[in-house]
Amino acid sequence: MSLFKTFDIAGSAMSAQSVRLNTVASNLANAESVGATEATTYKARQPVFAAMLKAMHGESEAAGVRVLGIVENQEPLQQRYAPDNPLANEEGYVYLPNVNAVDEMVNMISASRSYQNNVEVLNTSKQMLLATLRLGQ
Amino acid sequence: MPISIDSALGPMPEALVLRGRRSEVLASNLANADTPNFKARDFEFRAMMDKAQGEQLAMQTTKARHIAFEPDSGINGIPLRYRVPSQPALDGNTVDAQVEQAAFAENAVNYQATLTFLSGRIKGLMTALKGE
Repeated sequence: MSLFKTFDIAGSAMSAQSVRLNTVASNLANAESVGATEATTYKARQPVFAAMLKAMHGESEAAGVRVLGIVENQEPLQQRYAPDNPLANEEGYVYLPNVNAVDEMVNMISASRSYQNNVEVLNTSKQMLLATLRLGQ
Repeated sequence: MPISIDSALGPMPEALVLRGRRSEVLASNLANADTPNFKARDFEFRAMMDKAQGEQLAMQTTKARHIAFEPDSGINGIPLRYRVPSQPALDGNTVDAQVEQAAFAENAVNYQATLTFLSGRIKGLMTALKGE
């Protein structure tokens, strides 16, 4: 029954988008988490999406989404002069995370719209299935 | 006169199955709206309906090296076609969420319509069976 597969597909997309929302929340929450060294400072994270071709259903070409992994932003970190900070190095500098608040807000809006889209797909499929169950009554 | 339930229901059951398949394909397009390099796909309902009813005009292949008119692939012999994108995207994704949403809504309404026709036929059969 292909309408049940629609549930799986929309569900996989919703879970992928919620992972994306999670990384946005984590990035925004840690936007001011300074660090002592470049290695220990928080770096902005992004999920990588990929289509689940044929992985979900053997005979089907329709594809859900999966999160391949989370990658860290490799942009160089900025330094801030803060000699009072206990994390500051000998020269009095701390490292700032490379989180771009504008990027994160755009990501958040896009993720929430996509999530809503998939909820609609799920709702419509559910109504179609329920109507099929009522067939002939 | 032999009565077969299959012929009494007409083409509705096949149409229902195809509509279900199409909703699956369109849902996968919408699900992958943010996936890099994903290409939106769809199939032509009319052509598949003709094929399901055996009314497709097939090209005859008389030699072994002739290429068949329609290659069978995709979901149980449903050849999926890639959608032509209206505008390019930087990440190679060709899903236009609005186009897919419109197609999904259209498909859902058509599914409901097929269901309505089908239940009309079933009601007619019931009336005939009861003979009231």
